[in-house]
Amino acid sequence: MDIIKSIRNIIRFKHFFLAAILLAVLTDAAYAAETSKIDTGDTAWMLISSALVMLMIPAVGLFYGGMVRKKNALSTIMFSFIILALISVQWVLFGYTLAFGHDVGGVIGNLDWLGLNGVGQAPNADYAATIPALAFMAFQGMFAIITVALITGAFVERIKFSAFMVFALLWATLVYDPIAHWVWGTGGWLRGMGALDFAGGTVVHVSSGISALAIAFVIGARKGFGKQPMEPHNIPMSVLGAILLWFGWFGFNAGSAVASGGLAASAFVVTNTAAGAAALTWTLLSWYHKRPSVLGTATGAVVGLVAITPASGFVTPLAAIAIGAIAAVLSYYAMLFRMKRNVDESLDVWACHGIGGTWGAIATGIFATTLVNPAGANGLLYGNPAQLVIQIAAVGVTWIYAFVVTFILAKVIDATIGLRVGDDEEAVGLDISQHAEKAYA
Amino acid sequence: MKKIEAIIRPENLDGIRIALQEKGIIGMTVSEVQGRGRQKGVCLQWRAGEYCIEFLEKLKLDMIVDDKDVEPAIAAITQVAKTGRNGDGKIFIYPVEDVVRVSTGERGKEAI
Repeated sequence: MDIIKSIRNIIRFKHFFLAAILLAVLTDAAYAAETSKIDTGDTAWMLISSALVMLMIPAVGLFYGGMVRKKNALSTIMFSFIILALISVQWVLFGYTLAFGHDVGGVIGNLDWLGLNGVGQAPNADYAATIPALAFMAFQGMFAIITVALITGAFVERIKFSAFMVFALLWATLVYDPIAHWVWGTGGWLRGMGALDFAGGTVVHVSSGISALAIAFVIGARKGFGKQPMEPHNIPMSVLGAILLWFGWFGFNAGSAVASGGLAASAFVVTNTAAGAAALTWTLLSWYHKRPSVLGTATGAVVGLVAITPASGFVTPLAAIAIGAIAAVLSYYAMLFRMKRNVDESLDVWACHGIGGTWGAIATGIFATTLVNPAGANGLLYGNPAQLVIQIAAVGVTWIYAFVVTFILAKVIDATIGLRVGDDEEAVGLDISQHAEKAYA
Repeated sequence: MKKIEAIIRPENLDGIRIALQEKGIIGMTVSEVQGRGRQKGVCLQWRAGEYCIEFLEKLKLDMIVDDKDVEPAIAAITQVAKTGRNGDGKIFIYPVEDVVRVSTGERGKEAI
């Protein structure tokens, strides 16, 4: 009886398989027909989104620049600005092909697209079937750039500019490009595992936040850290930076739909909602402890944006409120913990991006629903606890890889070029000692 | 002639200027200074937690007056600046050797 039953099952499955194969062939044909067709709406949105993300890069410079002492204002703004220049070139020369080129063993892209060879105006259906491959490349390039810029909060007011340039180039190549390939590249091993990361929770925020902690350990604390006040010299500048970040984040998240349809609108709404919920929560936290802090509210908004990033294409607006609010609480107390441990990870890249990104990636495994995005997956609350496990694994891998490689990289640069400026150069400030300029005459 | 040097709360500058003017004292030099006294510092907020500033922002007024104007000047400043709390400021009085008005070359009291 049992044997007959199983034979019946096989027959039934055979039909299923045949149907599936037929369906796959049909959709493949439809897909192939679409590949050569550029959608003008999608292309317009992706070019605008790329420009929006570009704006976020100098915005990081303003956000951080306002939080340092005035003798280091230019130096801090320069970090983000020079990275915009440096990684723009790196990405075209070899960054894009390492991250998105044809897969080599699931870990890295090959060099087929070196110097953008073969990346042209026609779409690449592997990534985005309705926009020029160049538009997809430009959008992804902005992500690579901003990720490096985020780390700069870790070592402000004491890093040698030459060492910083070398670090930025090598970090983008050795840490960002591989992780981007694992998660987003066709054939990438974390992508194959089913990890969900809509707009860069692990790739951008976890990787930069953990790397910030690693390099902060290597470079050491600023002179006088914990003994004299390190006063933010221009909070309005930081708030302006946060405003531009919030604005640009619509391109970052809604642009990650790689199309200008319903999913982009959904990502846009959850992005704004999470930022609001997190900013509001941070305001209340600072009010509870002292007064409703302006810099705190701006920070809360950024943390909410960080946390919603990986989830933005998979969750509902109500889930976004929970994700943002919880992110603010976690990040706030992570910051206090960091200070209590006397670690001078100066502008809390770890607490904001590392912890915010980690929570966002895990939250994706909790709140994701295929009702929002059929191409995604369900999370814990929608009956799929396995997704949560995958998310935690992807975050864990990113933590370890980013920390280890960044730590070694920083040690090597410290031993060769030297990471830190001299004591007198640090005392006079990096604006004068590294750039021979003064922010405020 | 005496030099009156007064450390005041920044918000009292205009009140003191008007009170001094009513006593016929017009000239003064104002400097933004940072200092520390019984009021000590103030704790402000960082993004999470707080940090403390050990020096507070004050204004310093310098004015040269005739001996007979010293007490009226002190009265004018005190009347506006006094709240009775720590941080109201201090007034220092020094003897002045001579004064020169650059535009005319006048010396002493004439130059005040």
